[in-house]
Amino acid sequence: MQFPIISIIVFTPLVAAVIMLMMSKEAKTEVRVLALAAAVFDLILSGWLYFQVYANPTTAYQFIEKVAWLPILGISYHVGVDGISAPMVLLTGIVMFTGVLISWGVDDRPREFFAFLFLLAGGVFGVFVSLDLFMLFFFYEIAVFPMYLLIAIWGWKVTREYAAMKLTLYLFIGSVFALVGALAMYYANYQMHGVLTFDMLELEKAGFSSAFQYIWFMPVFMGFAVLGGIFPFHNWSPDGHVAAPTAVSMFHAGVLMKLGAFAALRVGIMLLPEGAKQWGWLIFGFAMVNVVYGAFIAMIQTDMKYVIGFSSVSHMGLVSLGFATLNREGMIGASLQMFSHGVMTALFFAAVGMVYDRAHTRQIPELGGMSKPLPWVAVAFIIGSLVSMGMPGFSGFVAEFPIFMGVWQVSSIAAIVASISIVITAAYVLLVVRKAFFGDMPEHLEGHITPIRPLDKVALVTLCLLMITLGTLPGVMVPMVSQGVENVLRILGGA
Amino acid sequence: MNFNLMAVFPELLLLALAVVILVVDPFWKDSNRKNNLGWLATLGLFGVILASLLFAAPAQDQLALGGMVRYDGLGFVFKMLFIFTAAVSSLFFMDSEKLANRAEAYVLLIAATIGMNFMASSTDLVMIYLAIETTSIPMYVLSGFMLDDKRSTEAGFKYLLFGAFTSAIFLYGLSLVYGFSGTTQISDMRGFFGTFNPVSGGLLFLLIVGLGFKISLVPFHFWAPDTYEGAPTPVAGFLSTASKAAGFALLMRLFVMAFPQMAEHWQMLLAVMATLSMTLGNLVALAQTNIKRLLAYSSIAHAGYALVGLVANSKFGIESVVYYLIAYVATNLAAFGIIAVFQKSTGSDEIRAFDGMSRRSPYLGLAMLAAFLSLSGMPPFGGFIAKVLVFAAAMEAGWTWLVIVGVLNSIVGVYYYLTVLKYVYLYRMEGEVEEGHPIHSSRPAVIALSIASLGVIVVGVIFSPWFGMATRAAASLF
Repeated sequence: MQFPIISIIVFTPLVAAVIMLMMSKEAKTEVRVLALAAAVFDLILSGWLYFQVYANPTTAYQFIEKVAWLPILGISYHVGVDGISAPMVLLTGIVMFTGVLISWGVDDRPREFFAFLFLLAGGVFGVFVSLDLFMLFFFYEIAVFPMYLLIAIWGWKVTREYAAMKLTLYLFIGSVFALVGALAMYYANYQMHGVLTFDMLELEKAGFSSAFQYIWFMPVFMGFAVLGGIFPFHNWSPDGHVAAPTAVSMFHAGVLMKLGAFAALRVGIMLLPEGAKQWGWLIFGFAMVNVVYGAFIAMIQTDMKYVIGFSSVSHMGLVSLGFATLNREGMIGASLQMFSHGVMTALFFAAVGMVYDRAHTRQIPELGGMSKPLPWVAVAFIIGSLVSMGMPGFSGFVAEFPIFMGVWQVSSIAAIVASISIVITAAYVLLVVRKAFFGDMPEHLEGHITPIRPLDKVALVTLCLLMITLGTLPGVMVPMVSQGVENVLRILGGA
Repeated sequence: MNFNLMAVFPELLLLALAVVILVVDPFWKDSNRKNNLGWLATLGLFGVILASLLFAAPAQDQLALGGMVRYDGLGFVFKMLFIFTAAVSSLFFMDSEKLANRAEAYVLLIAATIGMNFMASSTDLVMIYLAIETTSIPMYVLSGFMLDDKRSTEAGFKYLLFGAFTSAIFLYGLSLVYGFSGTTQISDMRGFFGTFNPVSGGLLFLLIVGLGFKISLVPFHFWAPDTYEGAPTPVAGFLSTASKAAGFALLMRLFVMAFPQMAEHWQMLLAVMATLSMTLGNLVALAQTNIKRLLAYSSIAHAGYALVGLVANSKFGIESVVYYLIAYVATNLAAFGIIAVFQKSTGSDEIRAFDGMSRRSPYLGLAMLAAFLSLSGMPPFGGFIAKVLVFAAAMEAGWTWLVIVGVLNSIVGVYYYLTVLKYVYLYRMEGEVEEGHPIHSSRPAVIALSIASLGVIVVGVIFSPWFGMATRAAASLF
């Protein structure tokens, strides 16, 4: 038996969470150190996993582990990674690591905070690697409920209760409809082949009838895509971002929204390819609204977190748009965008959190001149802005350019309309940079802005370097992602 | 004639245990009584489980004792579940000042358990009725056990009135069943109810009135909130778990074994009642301010979810119901146990009083988190897999609309369960004085809560052993 690396990655945060909960509530520093140690350990393992897949890109799943869970019903613990999920696992490792660094200052019940954060991380890892439909749901729900607690307990006092409940209900509603669809697939497969199984590799081959796929594609795809922030179910997402504490915003926008898009791809498009072809136009339309409308809304926000929140809606729209093209370029771009946007938003929220912790406001008109006391934050935010507007040399360009190529193949008009969003994005991020980081600092803030901690710098530098690396050397990710996309295209072509 | 005493082995042991408790009780001094009684009852009950598992597990299903009971998997699995519930409940009894030093409380608990055991295993109409009464009468007394408390006496009296009323209707239904079939033996009834007519339809309804009362199904649920609120909390916990599971055991056996030809009719009837229970239970729970009333309405809703599995009327359906009940029993035992501990320490069972609870006692807060998330159907707790199984069984049998009703209802459930957790984790006590107000829990309560909370997680993560039990139980009906 090979070394069960994926299981170790998935269970490290869960075990760490349990250990933390058993520690004394006075042991705040010990809890933080344990959290950091677990995060570093997971980051190293996920990096190693990434480079293993990078060194050997194939269309098949690798590092497969399969253990019977409830064999009578065909439920198994079945994990593996491919070219699409390996970058997602790495992304989760990175966000977990930087999230711990940035949350070092959490002083209200840090034991519970880190434990819930790690439960969330474990759930996220579990979804990205699962090859069993039941297991996917199991971890998906584990990733959802800690969000409620994290936002409601440690969030922004003004909106946290409202936002936490709204988020949880949206995501739960989406997931239960997807679950009903999954059960329908399970029995349809049983009727055709006489085998009860939740194994996604088996279900891919089931060959569901066109009518069946036509009915169930929308509940399944949209059920997951709610978490990807798809229009018209995106409303929970900016509220959630704003109310969440910094590390949770990073997780939420950086990783959790990818979870939705990823599961929509894995379960919606890959298990019901015929349905995807029939409904592709509608998803495409929704995603177009996301991209353009999200960008416009972001432009008129005055709260920095809302700007980033709506920019996430817009950027995640590009991911859905890329998937909806159902062609090679669009899908490669969408997969890269998931990684690129994850790192970028994590950086944005980290930077905004640092500003807010010191200035105690996120209202753009009330800020100014932050680049003097916080040069590291300003540089990081500017790099994030460049990524966000798709500047060549940064990861955003590598991701967005193929998406627009893919969209062009579907409809040139749509590509032109969607590219408007780039201009708007440039407008609103540069506006934030100018008003918040340059210009004159309001008098009452003068002298109150303390420098950031060394740990914060580590987090910012890590995130920036990743974006520049991917932007200048796309070869570190593109080949493996395109192998993963090949597999999706094979399924789409074979249907 | 089969006269295999192994069929009633657990009940004989329980009876012996009750007698021992009554006999030794007068010899103990008041100061020792509280602990001695509780430990004797608890260890005795766990001993009964152990002995039954070792010696009395049924190898093959058979009618025993002149056809009065059936010695089978369904009965055995449920018996173990009831005795386990009683054992954990008796630990909670020890923690309660009103119950702990009264031998009759433990004896009544054991007597009710004996009745439940017969509810799960009887196959004769007379025996079924006796079993129901053997269960109910001790429960009436336990609900009204705190004579100096108006709410408790009201709870006991209300439960008694409703119970007597529905049991009379149930008895009338049984007499009609006998009149039509000429037999009291339910395994001989298969052929007699082949065609559906108004009388047999009415007969089904009369039976459902009696059993619906036991499992607190809408519209026979009115007693539940008042009784749960007024009864001593450990008793309410026992009532909402074991008593409900016993009702389900009997319901499954009676309907599946005696009326297979009328299945479409009772399936429809139960589907409608499941819909009503889930919807009304969840919606009314939204408005509750008392935690025990909230759990009462939640338990009404959960009766509806579990019924969804029975509506499927398939082997998988029965398996899913048994699994659901196992998960539900562990979860609700934990939930009521936490409330009992909390109430003892703070004197209140209003939801508002839970402000700052996780700061006052982090582990009690975590146990509450596990129990309430399990109730709302979140993994890795038992409630998730249990809900997936009952919904899957209904999907398999083609009841898609009922599944949709069920998932919509679980969304409503998520809202109010999470709202309670908000009090526990988010809100502060007035003046933020949690540090000075820790919640004390006694050793028996800690043990019982650990067992129940671990149970919630184990049932939710390791499926095979429990599903194996469910399979064994379902196999005896088909």
